[in-house]
Amino acid sequence: MSAEAEVSARTQAARQHAAAGAPRGFVRKYIFSTDHKVIGIQYYALALAAVLVGVVLSIFMRLHLAWPALHLPFVSGGVMTPEQYEALLTMHGTIMVFFVLTTAPQGAFGNYFLPIQIGAPDMAFPRLNMLSFWITLVSFLCMISAFFVPGGAPLSGWTAYAPLSALGQVTGPGEGLGQTIWLVSIGVFCIAMLLGALNFISTTIDMRAPGMSLFRMPLTVWAWFVTAILSLLSFAVLLAAVVMLLLDRTAGTSFFVPAATVVSEQLQRHSGGSPLLWEHLFWFFGHPEVYIAILPGMGVTSHLLSTFSRKPVFGYKAMVWAICAIGLLGFLVWGHHMFVSGMSPYSAFAFSLLTLSIGVPSAIKTFNWLGTLWGGKLQFTTAMLFALGFVSIFVTGGLSGLFLAQPAVDSMLHATYYVVAHFHLIMGVAALFGIFAATYFWFPKMFGRMMNERLGKLHFWCTFVGAYLIFFPMHFVGLAGGIRRYADFTAVDYLWRLQPLQRFITWAAFATAAAQIFFLWNFFWSLRRGEKAPRNPWRATTLEWITASPPPHDNFAGNYPRVYRGPYEFSVPGTAEDFLMQDVPTGPEKGARE
Amino acid sequence: MAHRFSAGPHTSDSQSRQKGAASTPAAGNGKNEQWGGAVAPGMLAVALTGLVGAAVYFFVWGKWGPPAAITPVGKEVDRQYQLTLAITGAIFILAQLGLAFAVLRYRGSGRGAHYSHGNNKLEFLWTFATTVIFLGLGLLGYKAWGAVRLTPASPGAIPIEVTTSQFVYNFRYTGPDGRFGMTDPKLISPSTGNPLGLDPNDPAGRDDIVVPTLTVPVGREIDLLIRSQDVIHSVFVRELRLQQDAVPGLTVPLHFTADKIGTYDIVCTQLCGLGHSRMHSYLNVVSESDYESFLKRQEQLLRQAGGR
Amino acid sequence: MRTDEAQIAVGALAGGAGNGEGASGGNGPDGGDGMQWPAASGSVPPRAYVTGVTMGLGAVLMFFMALVSAYIVRKGMPNSGWIALPAMPRILWLNTLVLIASSVALAQARGRFRAGDSREFRRWWGAATILGLFFLAGQIIAWRELASSGVYLATNASGSFFYLFTAAHGLHLAGGLIALVWVLRLPTRRLTLGTATEVAAMFWHFMDGLWVFLFLLLMLVR
Repeated sequence: MSAEAEVSARTQAARQHAAAGAPRGFVRKYIFSTDHKVIGIQYYALALAAVLVGVVLSIFMRLHLAWPALHLPFVSGGVMTPEQYEALLTMHGTIMVFFVLTTAPQGAFGNYFLPIQIGAPDMAFPRLNMLSFWITLVSFLCMISAFFVPGGAPLSGWTAYAPLSALGQVTGPGEGLGQTIWLVSIGVFCIAMLLGALNFISTTIDMRAPGMSLFRMPLTVWAWFVTAILSLLSFAVLLAAVVMLLLDRTAGTSFFVPAATVVSEQLQRHSGGSPLLWEHLFWFFGHPEVYIAILPGMGVTSHLLSTFSRKPVFGYKAMVWAICAIGLLGFLVWGHHMFVSGMSPYSAFAFSLLTLSIGVPSAIKTFNWLGTLWGGKLQFTTAMLFALGFVSIFVTGGLSGLFLAQPAVDSMLHATYYVVAHFHLIMGVAALFGIFAATYFWFPKMFGRMMNERLGKLHFWCTFVGAYLIFFPMHFVGLAGGIRRYADFTAVDYLWRLQPLQRFITWAAFATAAAQIFFLWNFFWSLRRGEKAPRNPWRATTLEWITASPPPHDNFAGNYPRVYRGPYEFSVPGTAEDFLMQDVPTGPEKGARE
Repeated sequence: MAHRFSAGPHTSDSQSRQKGAASTPAAGNGKNEQWGGAVAPGMLAVALTGLVGAAVYFFVWGKWGPPAAITPVGKEVDRQYQLTLAITGAIFILAQLGLAFAVLRYRGSGRGAHYSHGNNKLEFLWTFATTVIFLGLGLLGYKAWGAVRLTPASPGAIPIEVTTSQFVYNFRYTGPDGRFGMTDPKLISPSTGNPLGLDPNDPAGRDDIVVPTLTVPVGREIDLLIRSQDVIHSVFVRELRLQQDAVPGLTVPLHFTADKIGTYDIVCTQLCGLGHSRMHSYLNVVSESDYESFLKRQEQLLRQAGGR
Repeated sequence: MRTDEAQIAVGALAGGAGNGEGASGGNGPDGGDGMQWPAASGSVPPRAYVTGVTMGLGAVLMFFMALVSAYIVRKGMPNSGWIALPAMPRILWLNTLVLIASSVALAQARGRFRAGDSREFRRWWGAATILGLFFLAGQIIAWRELASSGVYLATNASGSFFYLFTAAHGLHLAGGLIALVWVLRLPTRRLTLGTATEVAAMFWHFMDGLWVFLFLLLMLVR
C-alpha cells in the first residue's frame, strides 16, 4: 500500500468515525446536544430572543420619556406609571447586560468558534457545556416571569442597590416577589456562567492542536479566554452577594440593611448592615462584567480588521498583553462607580488613577487597529464595516470614560445621561457591533450560506448613523444635568427644557430599532435562500476555515489539524496567495512576531 | 473503535484547501473587486468627518451644557472638565479622522498590502505617551476633588443636616443654640409633623428648624450633613457641580460656599423607588440679611406652633 | 463512550465537585502514530480534568473570599451592632480534627494506590469518606448547639455569618463526598491515579484547608 493510499484510507476511516460519533435523533442532535456548535447556536437564539425583548422595552421607555402623557398599547391603564417605567428600566438593563451582552459574544460565538479555532473537536467538558446553556435558559425564563407576578418586575435597576432591593414590598411595587425572582434568576445565571467559564479555560489550556502555542492563538481566542477568567472570578463574587441579599430579604439577616431604617413610618427589623457593602460586592463583579461584554468584541474586531486589510495584526503581542492588562486592571477599578457613594474619598482617588490607567491598554488597542489598517488592502464587506464601526464607537464611548474616571468631574456627571451615553456606546453599541461583525463574518461557516451583502450594508449604515444619533445627544442632556432613571422630566423645570433633545433621541431610537428588521430579514432569509458558502469565503487564515461549512460533528472529520504559524499571515511576500492558513506546512514556520 | 490519525493527511489536504478557497467563485477576484469599491470607504470617511464636525460644533459652541458654576470649587471642576475635553477632544479628532483617512487611502485598489507585524518603537511610544497623559490628567484632577472631599469644612461653617426619605428632602438647622437635638427612629412620623423623629425630651432639639427647602446665605461656607432614613438617595445641585449619595446608616459631610444669589434645583440622582423622578427641592442662595430674616421667621413659626 | 461517562460525572457534580475518568482516552495501549492530543486521540486529555477542577476551585475560592471580606467589612462598620457569638460550639474542635484526619486518610489511600495495593486503597478511601460524613453530622450538631443557646440565622450578624459560612462550606463538602463515593464505586480496572482520584482528592483537600481557614477566622476574628 502506498503512503498516499494509506493516508486516504485513514481519512476515510476518520470520516466514518466522525459520522458514527455524531448523535442521531432530533432531540439529541438539536435540543439536548453536547455539540459546542449546536450549543453556540442555542446561545445565539437565546440572545436574539433576549435582545428583542430588551429593545421593545427600551422603545416603550423612550416613548414614555418623550411624551409622558402618551397612551401606550400593552400598558395597563394606558399611560405608563412611574413604577411601570422603573420596572421596564430594570428589566431592560438586566436582560441586555446578562442575557445579551454576556451570552452572545461569549456563549454563542465563543462556544462555536473557540474549539474550532484551536483545532479541537469540542469543548473539554461537553456535557457541562450543555448544562451551562440549559441553566442559562432557566435563568432567563425565571427573569421574564418576574413581569407576571403580583407587583410586577422589580424597580431597583440592574444594580439592585440595597436597601431598596432588600426590604421587600414596602419600598415599592415589584420589590416583593418580583425582586426575589430577579435575585434567584441572577444567582442561577451565575452558576451557568461559572460552569461555562471553567469549560472555556480548560479547553483553551488543554485542548489546543499540536503547534497551536499560546502566541499562535487568534486574538478572538485570547479575548474569549481572558473573558472566561473574568467570568470565573467575578460571577463567583456576585453569587455570594446575591445569596446574602436573598437572606436579607427572606431570612431577616442584616448584611446590607442598617439599623434605624424607617420606611413609611415603619421601623425595619434590621441592624448594622452596610448598603455600601452591596455596592462594593456588586461592582467588584459589575466592572469586570463590562469587559466580559466588550473583550470578545475587541477580539473579533482585531480578527476582522486583519482579515479584511489582508495584513497581519499590527502588534499581535501588544494586543495580547493589552487584553491581559485590561482583564487584570478590570478587577481593580470597581470603585469608580462609587465616587459619590460615600466611600472614602482617598480610595476614590486611588480608584481614579487605576481607572485612568486602564485607558492605556484600551488606547494601545485602538492604535494597533489603526496600525493594522495602515498600508493594507481594505475590503469593505459588511463584517469589515461593522468592525470599523466598532473602532469608531469604541473611541467615542471610551473617551467619555476619561471624564467619569475623575471623581471631581464625575461629581457633576454621575447618574446623568452622560453616563448613559458612555456605557451604552462602549458596552452596548460597541459590543453589539462586535456581535454583528461576528454574525456577518461567521454566518457562512455556521449555516453554510452567505448573508446578503447589500442588505447587510443597508443594516450597517442605518445602525451606525442611528447609534450615534441616539447616544451622542445624550452627552449634552447629561452635561445639562439630565438625570438618568427618571420616569419623566415633568417635575423639574430645567429637565423639561431638555425635552427637545429627548424627543430627538426617541425618534432616532425608533428609526434605528426599525432598521434592525433589515438584519432579521437578512438573517432568516439567508438561512434558507442565501448563496451556498464555500469553505473559506473570506480567504482567511484560521482553522475554522479549513473545514466544511458548516463543520461536521467533530469539526474536522477526523483530520485534526497541526498548526505551523501565527494566525494572521496575510500578504506574506513570496507566496502565491495573499493568505497563508495556519495548518499549511510550507512557507515560513514562525509564530506571530512583534 | 480507535480513531487516531497522523498529521499526514492534512498536509496535502490543507494545501489543496488553500488553493480551493482561492478559486471558489464566491471568493474569487470578482467579489474582491466588489468589496474594494470606493462607495463604502467614501461614505464612511464622510460619516466620520461629519461626526467630528458635529462633535466639535456641539461641544464648543452648542447651547446644551451646564449653567455657570456658583462656587469656587465648581469653577475648578469646570477647569478640569475643560482640560479633559481638550485632551480627549484632540484624541477623538485624531482617531476618527485617522480612521477616515485609512479607509480612504487603503481602500484596496491595485496595490498589495504591506506585510508587517508591527513596530515596537511605536508601541512603546504610544504606551508611554498615553500613560503620561492619562495619569497626568488624573493627578491634576486631585485639586478639585481634594478641595471638597479631602479638606473638612472650616470651623465657622454653618452646619445643616439633610435627611432624605422616599421621596422628600428635609433640611434641619440648629436654631440659636448651635446644636442639633437627638433623634429617635421610633418617633419618625411625617404624618404628625415629626419627619426626623426629633426627641421632645432633648432640649437641644426644641429650637431645631426643619424645612423642606435649603436656604443659605451667599458667601458663607455651608457644611451639609447628609443622611437617609430608608433607601439610598442623593443630593445633586448642578450649579454646585456637587453630588453626594445619602446612605442609610451613614452621615456624609459635604461643604460648599455659594457666591451667587439665586434659586437652584436639588434633585435626587440615585434610583430610590417609584417617586424617584419627583424627588426634588430647592437651594435658595440669599443675601446675609435675607438669611437672618429667614431664620427669624422660622423661629417665630416654631414658637407659634408651641415648640416641640 | 468512556469519555462520555466521565463527562456525565463532571456534569452531575455541577463543576464544583468535578471529577473525571478521562485517563481512559489517553493512556490506552494503542499508541497509534505517537502524536499527542488531539490529532492522535480525539478525546479529552486527563489534564483537562485537573485544569477544570482547579478553575472550579478558583471560583469557589472567590466565592468564599467575597463572604470573608463581607465578614470583615460588616464587623468593622461603625454602627455594626456586632455581638460576638456567646461561645463557639465546642464540637467544632472535634469536627476540625475529624476533617483533618479525613484528609490524612485520603493521602494514605493515594499512597497505597501508588504502591499498587487497591484493597488498602479502598479501605483508606472509605475511611476518609466516612470521616467526611462524620464532619457533616458534627456541623449539624454545632448548629443545634448554637441554636439552643439562642443564636439563630437572623439573631445577629455574627450568627448570620456563622451559619452562612458553615452552610456554604458544608454544601461544597457534600459535593466532595459524592465525588469520593463515586470514585469508591468505580471498578478497580478503571481506577487511575491520574484523574479520578487526583481531582477528587484535590477538591477534598481544598475543602479541608478552607474549613481550617474559616474556623480560624471565626475563632480569631470575633
